[in-house]
Amino acid sequence: MFEPKIVCFLCKWCTSAGADLAGTSRLKYRPNGVNIRFMCSSRVDPEHILWAFHEGADGVLIGGCHPGDCHYEDGNYKTQARVSLLNRLLEDFGIDTSRLRLEWISAAEGAKFANVMNEFTEELRLKGPLKLAAREMAK
Amino acid sequence: MKRIGVFVCHCGINIAETVDVKRVAEEAKEMEGVAYAQDYIYMCSEPGQTLVREKIVEEKLDAVIIAACSPTLHESTFRAAAEEAGLNPWQCEIANIREQCSWVHTDREKATNKAIHIVATIVQKTKLNESLEPIPVSITKKALVIGGGIAGIQAALDIADSGYKVILVEKESSIGGHMAQLSETFPTLDCSQCILTPKMVAAGKHPNIELMTYSEIEGIHGYVGNFKVLIRRKAAFVDWSICNGCGLCMEKCPAKVSSVFDRELAKHGAIYVPFPQAVPNKPVIEQDSCIYFKSGQCRLCEKVCEIGAIDFEQNDQFVEEEVGAIITATGFETLPVADLAEYGAGDVPDVIDGLAFERLLSASGPTVGEVKRPSDGMVPKEIVFVQCAGSRDPERYKPYCSKICCMYTTKHALLYKHRVHDGQPYIFYIDIRTGGKGYEEFYQNAEEEEGIIYLRGKVAKIFRDGDKTVVWGTDTLTGRNIEIAADLVVLATAVIPKDSTAELAQKLRIQTGPNGFLAEAHPKLRPVESINSGFFIAGAAQGPKDIPETVAQASGAACKVISLFSRDHLEQDPAIAWVDEDLCGGCRICISVCPYDAREYDEEQGIALVNEALCEGCGSCVAACACGATQQRNLSDSQIKSMVTASLGGE
Repeated sequence: MFEPKIVCFLCKWCTSAGADLAGTSRLKYRPNGVNIRFMCSSRVDPEHILWAFHEGADGVLIGGCHPGDCHYEDGNYKTQARVSLLNRLLEDFGIDTSRLRLEWISAAEGAKFANVMNEFTEELRLKGPLKLAAREMAK
Repeated sequence: MKRIGVFVCHCGINIAETVDVKRVAEEAKEMEGVAYAQDYIYMCSEPGQTLVREKIVEEKLDAVIIAACSPTLHESTFRAAAEEAGLNPWQCEIANIREQCSWVHTDREKATNKAIHIVATIVQKTKLNESLEPIPVSITKKALVIGGGIAGIQAALDIADSGYKVILVEKESSIGGHMAQLSETFPTLDCSQCILTPKMVAAGKHPNIELMTYSEIEGIHGYVGNFKVLIRRKAAFVDWSICNGCGLCMEKCPAKVSSVFDRELAKHGAIYVPFPQAVPNKPVIEQDSCIYFKSGQCRLCEKVCEIGAIDFEQNDQFVEEEVGAIITATGFETLPVADLAEYGAGDVPDVIDGLAFERLLSASGPTVGEVKRPSDGMVPKEIVFVQCAGSRDPERYKPYCSKICCMYTTKHALLYKHRVHDGQPYIFYIDIRTGGKGYEEFYQNAEEEEGIIYLRGKVAKIFRDGDKTVVWGTDTLTGRNIEIAADLVVLATAVIPKDSTAELAQKLRIQTGPNGFLAEAHPKLRPVESINSGFFIAGAAQGPKDIPETVAQASGAACKVISLFSRDHLEQDPAIAWVDEDLCGGCRICISVCPYDAREYDEEQGIALVNEALCEGCGSCVAACACGATQQRNLSDSQIKSMVTASLGGE
């Protein structure tokens, strides 16, 4: 069975804390993602996302605080704007925009984090591996 | 090349059961830059920390990675250990292989592989970590306590007694909270007012406490040690600076308003104090109920006030205060009876909640302590008490136990028997939970000596039949259905967070848990701190709790604040933004995205600089910088890129 690889950029205050809560609640989810913890989702540069796809990711998850809840006033709005802009470019690169997922997951939403990981893994599994021209050429 | 040491924790079986820790250590040894790797059963224990310290010296390590639990738990522990062995604390990183790996996966092979990738990711970060020094910041040694119930009062008094200034903000016009509504308190049956009011007076008179009642938090900025808080002081339409609290205005006011304090069992005027022992004892005019505000005529209160304290022109005032720490103690609410459809949805007049019964029992209540039912004032001869009304009911209401109800319901039944000797109380319960000093003895005595009938089972339906309130339930111990035609029914409704808690938590940017209560930083080891530094929590806002627990938690929170204030200065995380001056083109996009005005344009050099005292390290400007001139310390773009590659199993 195809096991998609997911890179998860999580903000420290909400989503990474939510992922921790999923752990303390002993919820179970698919082990396809590795989390990279940032202070804020607004630290995610579109370049990091493209780099993740370049390096073999089948999906990228960005997790931030709910609108209005950002620890840094409005970092998550900036993230949303950047992701929207990047989505326009992803198609041009031959990457389906559904491979980039932005989710607002609070520190209280361990179950949401687990569900998102399961859902996203399943979706990517159905989609199959990301075939990237650049990656193919490198081979 | 840096020499990195990797220490893999078993956490007993918490990690080792699902993750092959030995394999993680072996794989780590093979990673570029890793000079040493070892596993150990409890890395956070003294022998575990000693191992880390010894290996730093023996193996001449430049950096260490602890693969263990979440960094929120022990990052500071291991950074301190690393520092003791001569490393810079920022050369110590945590790889989270417990909360985000072993606890959430079941397939040992896959979990082990993921743990190896997590470690590899952190190795990449660590390779490029710089040694940093914390940035010293000043501290405002003044605390803000939000909520003037027993939790807020206790916390404010403790901080004030230690010599620091406190602002105590309360939404209502008086401090006191729910405890002021209670009749007597379990298990000692002390009169609630008798033990609370002296503390209220002490808080009101304390030279270090500034009371701001009838006030709410509008907004907050800043960080631990240096918060700026905007407080809205609501218009009372009474000049409190001259009002002497004589009460004549309240006597003369012709409006009739249901008393929230008395759970709508009594009425007061549109100008009122919630209860006679209020602190401060100053009235407010409720604008929506005041005849003058509604019709433009009356002003009777103004006419009788000899000192001219009534001021219909008063507006809300906004004050900005600087504080160094904030305690949130906003307390609880109970689930409205109206939400419980099977119990009459609030339409049966003789179905009341526990707080309303407290008012009926209270010597200062609307019936002066005589138990009279709301519909016709009759003294009830049979009362049914229903526990877990909305608690322990995950399908329909709240999944959790409200904790205080078993004890207060027993107290209610007992006090009722003391008032109405020939009365018969029944208590429907699921389980009786009496954890607490003297609690079980209190319950045993009530059951054996006081003639209270305990029925184990849940009540299915409550409805009105003539002047009776009929209760249908099942006694699960005998298996028989039970019908009681009662004179009064008292519901022990679920304890829920105050409806304003969510909004306040959002303003403060502190976390709430799944049921809306404020979340503590760690359920066992940091129960009075929020995960956000500088914020502390106390009382039932954090979860259902009784008075002794609330007071203990409030003193705990106060102690945390005092320990914070005892330092000369605070240390700010130096992992913030910096600028490569040679690369910066002065486009200033960073200035537009910074939420803290920490980025400023230097006209002379034509570049954008970082004000280190203001930068909070969110990294937004780093992502925005078009030419890579702005970087984040210990989380640079090159670090992130190599972390991404490693997380995917690449080199």
